[in-house]
Amino acid sequence: MNADFTAAELAFQEEVRQFLAAEFPAEYRAKIDASKRLSKDEIIRWQKILYAKGWAAPTWPEEFGGTGWTQIQQHIFAMEMGLIGAPEPVPFGMKMVAPVIMAYGSDEQKQRFLPDILQSNVWWCQGYSEPNAGSDLASLKTTAVRDGDEYIVNGAKTWNTYGQYADWIFCLVRTDNTVKKQEGISFMLIDMKSPGITLKPIVLLDGHPEVNEVFFDDVRVPAENLIGEENKGWTYAKLLLTHERSNIAGVPRGKRRLAALKRIAGDTDDGFGGNMLDNPSFKIKLANIEIELSALEYSELRTLAALSVGKAPGPESSILKIVGTELAQEMDELFLELAAYQSLPFVPEQFEDGFQGTPLGTGTSAAAALTYFNNRKLSIFGGSNEIQRNIICKHVLGL
Amino acid sequence: MDFSYTEEQLMLQDSVQKFVQKSYAFDKRNEIIASEAGYSKEYWQLFAELGWLTVPFTEADGGFGGSAVDLIVMMDEFGRANLVEPFIPTAILGGGLISALASASQKAESLGKLMEGSLQLACAYAETSSRYNLASVGTSARVDGDAVVINGGKIAVLNGANADQLLVVVRESGAKIDREGISVFLIDGNADGIQKQVYTTVDGKKAAELSFDSVSVPASCRLGVAGAALPALEAVMDRAIVATSAEAVGALEVLLQKTVEYSKTRKQFGSAIGTFQALQHRMADMFIECQLARSIVIMAAMKLDSSAGAIEKTKAVSAAKSRVGRAIEKVGQESIQIHGGIAMTEELDVGHLFKRVTALGILFGNSDYHSERFATL
Repeated sequence: MNADFTAAELAFQEEVRQFLAAEFPAEYRAKIDASKRLSKDEIIRWQKILYAKGWAAPTWPEEFGGTGWTQIQQHIFAMEMGLIGAPEPVPFGMKMVAPVIMAYGSDEQKQRFLPDILQSNVWWCQGYSEPNAGSDLASLKTTAVRDGDEYIVNGAKTWNTYGQYADWIFCLVRTDNTVKKQEGISFMLIDMKSPGITLKPIVLLDGHPEVNEVFFDDVRVPAENLIGEENKGWTYAKLLLTHERSNIAGVPRGKRRLAALKRIAGDTDDGFGGNMLDNPSFKIKLANIEIELSALEYSELRTLAALSVGKAPGPESSILKIVGTELAQEMDELFLELAAYQSLPFVPEQFEDGFQGTPLGTGTSAAAALTYFNNRKLSIFGGSNEIQRNIICKHVLGL
Repeated sequence: MDFSYTEEQLMLQDSVQKFVQKSYAFDKRNEIIASEAGYSKEYWQLFAELGWLTVPFTEADGGFGGSAVDLIVMMDEFGRANLVEPFIPTAILGGGLISALASASQKAESLGKLMEGSLQLACAYAETSSRYNLASVGTSARVDGDAVVINGGKIAVLNGANADQLLVVVRESGAKIDREGISVFLIDGNADGIQKQVYTTVDGKKAAELSFDSVSVPASCRLGVAGAALPALEAVMDRAIVATSAEAVGALEVLLQKTVEYSKTRKQFGSAIGTFQALQHRMADMFIECQLARSIVIMAAMKLDSSAGAIEKTKAVSAAKSRVGRAIEKVGQESIQIHGGIAMTEELDVGHLFKRVTALGILFGNSDYHSERFATL
């Protein structure tokens, strides 16, 4: 038993580090350290830098222009990216719809859609959840009715992340009402410019319209945009969910945020002449987070080692999702604790591009509460942590 | 032993409940927050007419009686309504300091106006590096003839933008965290040399950061003896902590109630999610948290009203804030989680209550701070 990288893997790690040091724009890093979001254009520019290097699609096989990396290489790449805060590929195209197209799409669909995803020419978004179909996704009601060479789509999707940026949406739609709910669902690709699609932004607790409701009113979709067979969409969707959960543990990001917590604690006056890094109870909390992060990292590595020898991803990903998201939320609590009174201003505009005023707070303190509120989503989305526990109960414990 | 409210307390509770039911719906609250003042002047006047602004004050000061138990009866209801009007900064902190420190003539000038609803106050105590230690005061006051010159900066000044007068905590002598040397000045809210950076807090209240650049005020603005204000400041803050904790308990009980209601109507997998035992037990735990939080706030309020010694009172207050802080984390987070995505949006009141209780958890010291204070007393 060992957890060492081989000489070749270490050389690869060094190559990634050198590339990121040279190519990840310094101004992006500064924005991320200041708790600001990268703009759509900035994210695309970074993706195109990765594409130029041949690293745009770390998880794709070579035949589609991916890196063809091993699981370990993917892990190293994600770690090095996460440690400096470099954004991962926009997941909706690269990690969600692309694997489905590769596995179940026609050759024509592969040629039509995959190159634009690889080159970040097209921004995708997700049309899964509905107002009454959240954890119980299979009860979705948006319908697609065949009409000649087209489908006519009607209904509403929700929790659609960054639909305002998107050119295309992949949707689960109901094509048969007469069978068991999982068996009447189809997987469909829809151009967001289609007449009849409207977007309604949803402002979240941090003041940011990160998600949308998407309404479909007699939207005509060419039948050629159906993936695979009609009424087989649920099977395809399940494949997508396993990909959505890769890197869900968020260990690299956790390490970067833990380092930030320690730095900020050292700079935060405790009110009695010392700093918060020396505060006994805060110190213990930081230690416990670091210990949990270590347990999480080694759980992820064990999963990785199993995948490397060809085992299919199993319910382990549920452990990583639960622990990773809850640990991230605990770190949010500590950022909030450090910011104290300086977390009270509600000034989301301060973290937007083009802000001209005098910023409030020390460093990123005025972002602490916003992040704490926003990250409550982590234990809700991507299969809520309750659903993840159900998976463990059913598939591991046999309950 | 008797934990029931008196006739007068029941009337007070009823009066707040009736107002809230009639005049403080979710949309109305949003409208008030969006207004320039960030609170309703009309409602403030109504609060005065209903006598609510007299509740924190003793009969000697012209008030309702000034018991901490009276205060928690009212604050509980304010918490349920998620009220944004500046009751804590004006009536409890500002009025409290005047009541505790001011001379008879200073009181005569202020307290009557306050209780009539025509005086807004703010208390400027926190500083960038003070965290929650009230004795950590860097803002200085230097005597210059008949005047005093104030220099420094204050953060998180609730109601700082609207205050007609400010209670400024300053250091007249000693080193930054000495307990001696701290004074409170009652000064014009718009005195020359005060810069205000106004903002809305995460829970929809108006606040400000203030900087004092050689602000010259008459020495007669000092409340009480020079350099000796800290014990009074701490006592006033302790009452504010109990009031805040009661407000949090009211809000937490509404969060619990709304979560339970939602779980009975939200259907997934063909059943109301409230029928799932995994969620039922978590809601039972939320209920337990609310009950314990309520109990410890009552304990602290009764202790403040008793003849107990200063240390015993302070310990009771810190115990309450610490325990309520833990309930805030648990009940607040669970109410969002059990609702799911819908509670992440600005459109539902649950998220606004969550933000309010989160802010109340921070205000005047979080759980760990108060556990440490409890342990060192």
